[in-house]
This record gives sequence, structure tokens and C-alpha cells, in this order.
Amino acid sequence: MKELRLMKGNEAVAEAAIRAGCDGYFGYPITPQSEVMEYLMYQEPHKTTGMVVLQAESEVAAINMVYGGASCGKRVMTSSSSPGISLKQEGISYIAGAELPCLIVNVVRGGPGLGTIQPAQSDYFQSTKGGGHGDYRLLVLAPASVQEMADFAGLGFELAFKYRNPVLILSDGVIGQMMEKVELQPHQPRFTKEEIKANTPWATYGKTDDRGRNIITSLDLDSHKQEKHVTHLAEKYQAMEENEVRYEEFQTEDAEYLIVAYGSSARISQKAVDIARAKGIKVGLLRPITLFPFPKKPLAKLATQVKGILSVEMSLGQMVEDVKLAVECKIKVEHFGRYGGIIPTPDEVVAALEQKIIGG
Amino acid sequence: MSEITKEQIRQPENLVYTKTKLLTDKALSYCPGCGHGTAHRIVMEVIEELNAQSETIGIAPVGCSVLAYEFMNIDMQQAAHGRAPALATAVKRLMPEKLVFTYQGDGDLAAIGTAETIHACNRGENITIIFINNGIYGMTGGQMAPTTLPNMKASTCPYGRDVVTMGNPLKMTELVAQLPGVRYVTRQSVHTPGNVRKTKKAIRKAFDMQKENKGLTFVEIVSNCNSGWKMTPIQSNKWMEENMFPFYPLGDIKVDGQLVK
Amino acid sequence: MAKVKGDIVIDIEKCKGCEVCITACPNDVIAMAKNVNGKGYHYAESINEECIGCANCAIVCPDGVITVYKIKL
Repeated sequence: MKELRLMKGNEAVAEAAIRAGCDGYFGYPITPQSEVMEYLMYQEPHKTTGMVVLQAESEVAAINMVYGGASCGKRVMTSSSSPGISLKQEGISYIAGAELPCLIVNVVRGGPGLGTIQPAQSDYFQSTKGGGHGDYRLLVLAPASVQEMADFAGLGFELAFKYRNPVLILSDGVIGQMMEKVELQPHQPRFTKEEIKANTPWATYGKTDDRGRNIITSLDLDSHKQEKHVTHLAEKYQAMEENEVRYEEFQTEDAEYLIVAYGSSARISQKAVDIARAKGIKVGLLRPITLFPFPKKPLAKLATQVKGILSVEMSLGQMVEDVKLAVECKIKVEHFGRYGGIIPTPDEVVAALEQKIIGG
Repeated sequence: MSEITKEQIRQPENLVYTKTKLLTDKALSYCPGCGHGTAHRIVMEVIEELNAQSETIGIAPVGCSVLAYEFMNIDMQQAAHGRAPALATAVKRLMPEKLVFTYQGDGDLAAIGTAETIHACNRGENITIIFINNGIYGMTGGQMAPTTLPNMKASTCPYGRDVVTMGNPLKMTELVAQLPGVRYVTRQSVHTPGNVRKTKKAIRKAFDMQKENKGLTFVEIVSNCNSGWKMTPIQSNKWMEENMFPFYPLGDIKVDGQLVK
Repeated sequence: MAKVKGDIVIDIEKCKGCEVCITACPNDVIAMAKNVNGKGYHYAESINEECIGCANCAIVCPDGVITVYKIKL
């Protein structure tokens, strides 16, 4: 039976995590994502599913709690917003290096620095290019609705364990704070001890006589081994590029122009497409759902059809670089964005399309 | 009777002491005479006594003992610098039936990991922290540590630690003893047989308390760093007695949740 | 005459020659060898029959290279 609720994005991801069998959440308050932990604390899932919810002393501690929990083969997660995610980068790099599954939610606010508490998409580079030190990638999911905030919790855990890699839900203040109708998935049980043994035989749950000791580390002083390890990571990222690209197309069939936008920008751009079409402009929208892996192939295909592409982002222009790479600069690609916490209007997007792509 | 051969003595039934099987056969990476090796061994001996190999998760730090997982024959996690108590917090919360300990040096615990240490202590996490204090950064080549003594020389205080400009040594052990979540705090050493025996008893006590869910237990081991201090191992142990112990006096600081003295 | 007799076996290849065992021994049983091991360390060796198997040397040995035996006479 469908279970429908009216929820904030931040609440939806929290509720969905409980239902996805999450074992532990470790967080630290920061606007505009504090409702994630508030919701979890209010729900007291330790009384129902046994899920641990802990308010850490910092984002640094929280991500390292995630490291510790993930090392035990548990489904663990954290959430934060931009400045807090910056603090987590050290831990995220270790988690990626040690190949641990976990879920991280970033409800992005404007930056740099303390910036603003209003929505932005200026953490695209940080999210998709690694973020911390070293050669690694996160699998990045970009929700454009409260429903997707909920859906991506379960999907995020699934992909994290499939690839032994951290998965990032790259949301923003709009998606985190707005309320929408959500269809919730039924409860999935937490992993049993037997499942952990069987599915994550590398995890540190106590060395038994039937196996050698399990060690979770990102350190290898032998450079040859380290190179081999990084090559193995690269193969994993390649497999993600082959298997996990997710995107959505809107009115692209006859499009002469294309807007590329993710998250809340995609919602605004969808309205912009309607306005532009009413004016006789044949424009379509491609919404990347995974930002890493990036939908390069569908973009390359559309580049043979459309005359120009506008990348709409609430930033100075970050994803636009990936769009240019995807189409190998064969056609015109421009960026339009508002930033610092300002959300563009659909009319502004249409005007930018007319000026930068059609008229430019 | 007087002519007992070595072969007669060296029989399994006459065995008094041998290295615990909970240490791997890998040669320790520590400098000759370094207390880390002894500390590793007695932690593992206690786990062996408790028959807890399959129940124990250890967290290694960054520092000289970053490779502790190479030597301790148990499941281990290697933490980012200073973050071991955060990892241990999650491990214990998610698997409360396990025995969880961190093994941290003074740079790791008392400088970069001060926040993680104090807050894990303050939450009364049911874990054991083994704190090796040798007053210097050993692995990176002998730089000043938060625990370096006043006027003590290190590579980043080559003229001695000037407390006016470099600050005073931090007594983390006395500090965490003040916190209600902390059940047992002691400071020991491993440089003589008697001290090793005492320290092992302290670690046993800490683990026993953890098994009884009594709260955080904290064992500091004041140790030497002959390479960093630029002395022979024997000289460093003597120097430690004469200089480290007056500033970091050995003995129990908090027992059963009550401050001693 | 001693009522016990002990003996130690030293894994000389793992000994780092730190000499901590020498100061711990109550009967001056241990000394550093003139020879060196594969790593170039002068290693500890038993030099007389005075060992009483007290295990002090093994207990303080940072590298855990000493095994101790004891027999009651």
C-alpha cells in the first residue's frame, strides 16, 4: 500500500534512511540541513529499528564516525551543508581510499566561506572531482524533488555497497527545505550479523579463527601497491561510468537548443522550456541525475542535433565544464547562473538562452 | 642433578613466557628500545587473557603506531590523524557487545585529536583509550609535541620549548579525568618489568570495566623516544624517570569514577 | 644452590640490541653479542648459567624476542 506524506526534503531523506535499514547517522547541525538530524532524533529509531543517531562534536568527528561504522559493514550516513562538507573532506578522502560504503548528504548553501544560508549549487566541483586529497570520485546523485531525496537514500546505500564507495546526495537549500508529497518505501530490515559476514567479508566485526584479520586502512607505504590500488579505484569509477549514468530528458525530441541543469535549477529550467516553447523556441532539457558519472554519451548525442547548449546552475559555472567536455566543444556551450544564494527565475533563464545561445 | 642441559629446560611444559600469538610474526617497525612494542604486546596479552580476539576491534592512529594493525592480530581500523575516538565511538555504538580500544600517541590524542578525545570522554563512550606519551612527534622526525616538557629540545624547538611563545605542555590525562563520563584514568610506564606488570594490570582493569559498560577508560603510558630524544634506549629510560615522571607522575588518577587524592 | 633453573631463547634476527633486557636481568645473564644479526644489530645473548627464569627480560623486551623456560630442581 502506498504511504504518502507531506514532507520537507531534509525530513524525507531522514525517514527514507530509516526505512532503508540505515544502522547509524552521525551529524552536526548546520543550516539549511539541520532538520535531517532533528527529524531522526524526534523519531528515535533506536527504539524501532535499532538505528543509532548521534550528534557529534563537529563535522570532522561525524564523518570519522561514519568511517568507523562503515568499516564494520554497517549502513551509515551523515549530512551537512557546504562549509560542513568542506570539513568532512579529509574523512571522505579516507573513506574513498579505504573503499568504504556510506551515504553523505550535502544540502548546498552559497559560498565560499561562511557564504550564506540560502540555496546554491556551487559545490559541484567539490562533489564531482573528488573534493579532498588524492585520486578518487564519489558517486553523486542530484535530487530535483522531495521524492528523489527519499528515493536516493535507499539507492545511495545500494550503490555505495555495490561499489564499496561513498555516495553523495548533492541537494540544495531549495530541495532540502521545501515540502512536497512523498511516497515512502516500505521498511527494509537492517543487516543481520550473518548478512554482514556474507556480504562484507572485509569488515571489522572481530577476527574469528576461520579467517585472517581484517584491516581497514587507506595507507600503503609501498608505492607500487598504492599505484595498483589507485588503478583499482579507477576501474571502479570506469564501471560506474558504464553502469550507473542516470539522467532525464524533457522535450528534447525536436529540440534545436538544449538546457542542461540539475537539482532545483532543473525544475526552474523545465518551466523555462515551457515559456520558451510558448514563444516558438524549440528548446529541450537534459537533467543529469548522476553528476558523477556524468551523462556524457546522451549529451554527445544531443550535440549532433541541437545548435547550442545553456548550462543553468546556481554557481559561477562549474558543471558547464563537464558539458563542454561531453560535447567536445563541437557546439556552442554557455553558462547562465545566479549565485550567492539567489535563485534564478524561469524568465531569466529564457532571456539568457535568447541572448547567449540563440542570439549570441 | 647439577648437569641439567638447556634442552631439558627448553621443554614446552617448562615455558614461562613467550610472545603472545595475538601479535603477528612481523618484525616491529619501531626503533630499538621503543616502548611502543611493549605496550602493543601487553594490550594483546590482555586480549588473549580475556579470550577476546574475535570480540575486539582496535583503532590505530597516525604517528609511529600508524602500522599497529600490522602487528596486532585482531580486526583493526586505521584512523585519520586524531580521529580514532570518533571511529571508536561509532564502532562501539553500532556493536556494543564488542571490546573497542584506540591506541594513540600524544600528537594524535593531545594536539590534532583534542576535540575527538575530549568529546568521546565527555560522552562517556564505553571504549578504552591507550595513550602513549613520549613528549615528541617520533614518526615525523622529532618535532615538538603538545606534551613536550618546558625547555625540552625538539626539532621545532631546537633551543628548548619556550612556554611563553610555544605554550605549556598539555596534561590531557588530568584533563579528561575531570569529565563525568570517564570512569578510570591511570598513568603508567613500560620501561621496567615492574612497571610493565602494573601497566598490564591497568589495561586489564580498563577492559574489564568496558565489558561491564562502566564508561570510558583511559590508560596513559609515559614512554621513551630514544631516537627523538637523541639518546640510547637505556639513557632515554633514565631521562624519562628523571624528567618525564616528575611532570607526568605515575599512578591512578581516577578510579571507579572518583578522583584519587 | 638455586632451587630453580631457567633458560632463555632469543630470536636474534628480530633483536634490535636495545639492551633494555640487560638492565632488567637480576643475575647479569644477558650481554650483547660481539657479532651482529642480519640487520646489523648486536643482539642479546645468554652468557652464563645463572638464569632463574624470572622472565623480566622478556617482559620488558619491546620486540618480544625472548622466550623463557624454567624448571624446578
